[in-house]
Amino acid sequence: MSIRPDLAVIAGHVTPGSRVLDIGCGDGALMIALREKDCDVRGIEIDGDCVERCVSQGLSVVQGDADRDLADYPDKGFDYAILSQTLQTAARPDRMLDELLRVGTRAFVSFPNFAHWRTRAALLFGGRMPVTRAIPVSWYATQNIHHVTVKDFRDLAKEKGARIEREWFFAGERPLGRAGANGRAEFAVFELSR
Amino acid sequence: MSTTSKTLTLPAPLPLDGGGELARVEIAYETYGALNADRSNAILLCHALTGDQYVASPHPITGKPGWWERMVGPGKPIDTDRFHVICPNVIGSCMGSTGPASEASDGQPYAMRFPVITIRDMVRAHGGLLDALGIETLHAVVGGSMGGMQALSLAANWPERAERVLVIASTSRHSAQNIGFHELGRQAVMADPRWNQGDYYTGEAPDSGLAVARMAAHITYLSEEALTEKFGRNLQDREAKTFGFDADFQVESYLRYQGSGFTQRFDANSYLYITRAMDYFDLAEEHGGKLANAFAGTQARFCLVSFDSDWLYPTAESRHVVHALNAAGAAVSFVELSAPHGHDSFLLDVPALDRVIRGFLR
Repeated sequence: MSIRPDLAVIAGHVTPGSRVLDIGCGDGALMIALREKDCDVRGIEIDGDCVERCVSQGLSVVQGDADRDLADYPDKGFDYAILSQTLQTAARPDRMLDELLRVGTRAFVSFPNFAHWRTRAALLFGGRMPVTRAIPVSWYATQNIHHVTVKDFRDLAKEKGARIEREWFFAGERPLGRAGANGRAEFAVFELSR
Repeated sequence: MSTTSKTLTLPAPLPLDGGGELARVEIAYETYGALNADRSNAILLCHALTGDQYVASPHPITGKPGWWERMVGPGKPIDTDRFHVICPNVIGSCMGSTGPASEASDGQPYAMRFPVITIRDMVRAHGGLLDALGIETLHAVVGGSMGGMQALSLAANWPERAERVLVIASTSRHSAQNIGFHELGRQAVMADPRWNQGDYYTGEAPDSGLAVARMAAHITYLSEEALTEKFGRNLQDREAKTFGFDADFQVESYLRYQGSGFTQRFDANSYLYITRAMDYFDLAEEHGGKLANAFAGTQARFCLVSFDSDWLYPTAESRHVVHALNAAGAAVSFVELSAPHGHDSFLLDVPALDRVIRGFLR
């Protein structure tokens, strides 16, 4: 099964055999990839249909709201806490980042970069909230309530005392270098520690 | 479906949470599917308050199909081609395991001399059965409602016993509302003069009281939506209200039927004892007041399922258990399924439940 490029990067860089919490695990694609690396993977997902699909594949997934339920997890109970394409949907992304680095020794965070040139162009020339390949849902229906850019995220990490261990950028499926990532990347993946 | 109906006498008296012990404990149980050579494919299936061991075989009194026939059998979510399913009747019940209707050492029924038992006592008896059957580790323990309480109790008190723990529409403690409804049922039984302080086994049983208890309980197993959908304000075989107290409404007729049918297959004293055991259930209390302590260090995988229309053991109760399991670092799945039937959803046609159970047990 081919998985989204941000998930493939994360799956490729988690140490085999690790304890992993996948927050906003969706249909469990990353969890399955990590299970194949002998990881002990747990998931949190708000959508009941997704949870049912995960559980019926034998994955350990709890239906819940990460904004509220992460508090129940013990400190450093996981080697990795993963937040893929979910940060921008959190009620308070700053607190979510704190929680990630509380429950996990390391964290992976991926998100659509709002400063991508196509998003900028849509806003600059179209004068409307962008609907692009990376941000496909209209402003009124999107779950993305806190759009974020690569630069914003780096600032937040610094403010929170989180160290950026590694970072990856993509335009569609295509990996990009670090140079000009804030304008060129549709998606970003960061590995953090504290 | 082939079954083996058996009764086993525990080799030693059973120690009880309330102090003392129960001598000469018999456990009636049914099994489905073959036990494999290394005895690793056994599933302990725990029944609910008025359930029994006839999970996938006809009830000997009513002749009705087993209560979870849709879930247990060859190729079904609890697949008896793969698993050896053991379903014991709980102690305190009246379907073959030792209970208040059983003979005490003086040859007379225990009646109210039967000791008050707990959910953990029931599970301790199940453990005795498993020991006698030579089954050390279960592939899974599975239960809905009171069966879920037994599954949680087994996981908390005998954590090595089950590799998987599946708890459906259940709770880690009885709420004030739960206790209230049970007390209503017990008082209905005790208010029936034929109850006679529990001493009725040579005469007429307190069927009126037990039927009322069942009618009240039955309402708690359904949802308002289900009752409205099924009956609305429809009248029973009549064109107009009679201005009397016959069962004018279909819902009245239905509940009366449920109540009287129940008395054909259940012992009133058993109803008192088992509801009491459920009321006493509080897994956190047994473990120093903190539910997470009940599961400390557990290696088992857990799955909890609730239903959005279940107001008897609502989703919040399952979440409460899930939070404790997360705090204990346990591997836990939880899903709230959407189904209109209320608490009884776990027994009814909810395809998502089939998928979850099949996936979790695989």
